[in-house]
Amino acid sequence: MKNTFKLKTAFACVVAAGLASSAFADADTDKLVINGEIDIITTTVAPAHLENVDTIYSGWHFRSDETQAFQMDDFDNPGMIGVEKASENWDTVDGSEGKSCASCHGEAESMAGVRAVYPKYNEEKGKVTTLAMEVNNCRTERMGAEKWKYTGGTMTDMVALISSVSRGMPVNVAIDGPAQSTWEQGKELYYARTGQLELSCANCHEDSYGMMIRADHLSQGQINGFPTYRLKNTKLNSAHARFKGCVRDTRAETYNPGSDEFIALELYVASRGNGLSVEGPSVRN
Amino acid sequence: MKLTRRNMIAISSGAAVVASFGAMPAFASLADDAIAEITGGAEMGEGALTITAPEIAENGNTVPISFDAPGAVMVALFADGNPTPKVASFKFGKLSPSHSASTRIRLAGTQNVVAVAQMEDGSFQKTQANIKVTIGGCGG
Amino acid sequence: MAKGVKPRVKVPKTASAGETITIKTLISHKMESGQRKDSDGNAIPRSIINRFTADFNGENVIDVTLEPAISTNPYFQFDSVVPESGDFKFTWYDDDGSVYEETKSIKVG
Repeated sequence: MKNTFKLKTAFACVVAAGLASSAFADADTDKLVINGEIDIITTTVAPAHLENVDTIYSGWHFRSDETQAFQMDDFDNPGMIGVEKASENWDTVDGSEGKSCASCHGEAESMAGVRAVYPKYNEEKGKVTTLAMEVNNCRTERMGAEKWKYTGGTMTDMVALISSVSRGMPVNVAIDGPAQSTWEQGKELYYARTGQLELSCANCHEDSYGMMIRADHLSQGQINGFPTYRLKNTKLNSAHARFKGCVRDTRAETYNPGSDEFIALELYVASRGNGLSVEGPSVRN
Repeated sequence: MKLTRRNMIAISSGAAVVASFGAMPAFASLADDAIAEITGGAEMGEGALTITAPEIAENGNTVPISFDAPGAVMVALFADGNPTPKVASFKFGKLSPSHSASTRIRLAGTQNVVAVAQMEDGSFQKTQANIKVTIGGCGG
Repeated sequence: MAKGVKPRVKVPKTASAGETITIKTLISHKMESGQRKDSDGNAIPRSIINRFTADFNGENVIDVTLEPAISTNPYFQFDSVVPESGDFKFTWYDDDGSVYEETKSIKVG
């Protein structure tokens, strides 16, 4: 266990005050293999565009051994309940066109690799879209069905199903070409201080990861594990719901899940994890 | 007393002290009562029964816990700081070789999880583990 | 009947006679504790799985009484001896009177 010292900001000093030296704990060095067969890349070299971080770590490394164990076997992972529910919806015909997801896509396994490249520029829409938006595009445009609520359980379960078949594949979202301006907007949001506490994403997740924020071990805020099952609320949580929680904790008015701002932020944060494996549904505290 | 900002701080920190005492498992008698229901107040030995639990639970809502009780016919688990201390009781049949089990439990705060086993000869064993339940940095 | 309740069980398909196997069970269930209040301040009534049993060919392996302190989506892991080929039967009892069952066959070869 290496001591870290990244006191770059005043905020970090505040966090550090009153903490025992043992609280400065880096990401651990455990190895994540799911079901004894899916090797997960949880530590790797940071993508070239990251200026202040050399190594990127999955949030899995910042959790206790007990929480980590939940994710090492699909039976022990309660997030797989959501995946199972989504598998039923995958085959369920809905809407005016008499189609299910399976009508066009066949088995859910055919979506392998999709989660790894989202958010992604959608030519037809002329904008970057998230996986959840594409699910709703399918529902309204191809199935003639009602939209699902962006951060609702049914949607988050479906995103978890689509993620689960990409587990082990490295995240590889495109940040150049038509996605570049959205990515730059996301980067700006990442470094913008918000709320009464005047905190940016970077203050906690870039400057201070590895340290304790009260009793919580700060991660790099990677989203390769989303949707994530939280022990706290015992359900799958979407990345945008987590963004909302984080921004709210800075005592700011938050952007809405599904908003252009959170789409841009999702693309940027996902790109900070380019090279880590898709893990969703992961398990966190 | 005028409610100045300074007085408010004094009042609220006083309240916090009371609250933190209230949260301590000082009222373990509820758990003791529940245990006595099973044992009838009999002496409890130690040694045959073990609990495996995290020293620190990252969230009190889902705490993995397991026990091993060779020679027990029944094992009951209690959480001495929960509003109702009973957690679960396990009866083992003939086909159970190890008289052990794992489950996931809710803990309202830092407290002791107590296991009481009734052995084949009718005697009782007891063991306990202290589990610190942390409060996360972010409510998100 | 509570919504979205579905039992899951993991049992090996084969074993040798007299072998000890590990069984995992999980049932999706809210396990409403009775301690919580809704947004209007009214107590949300308790609604939990209160008992779980596992039997093999009619012989009991484990019989668990659950209290509200068992987490959402109750999970149990335990061992059983497998004396011969047969069926494991798992039963969950809900506060609302529902009974959920699951059977798994195992072959002794």
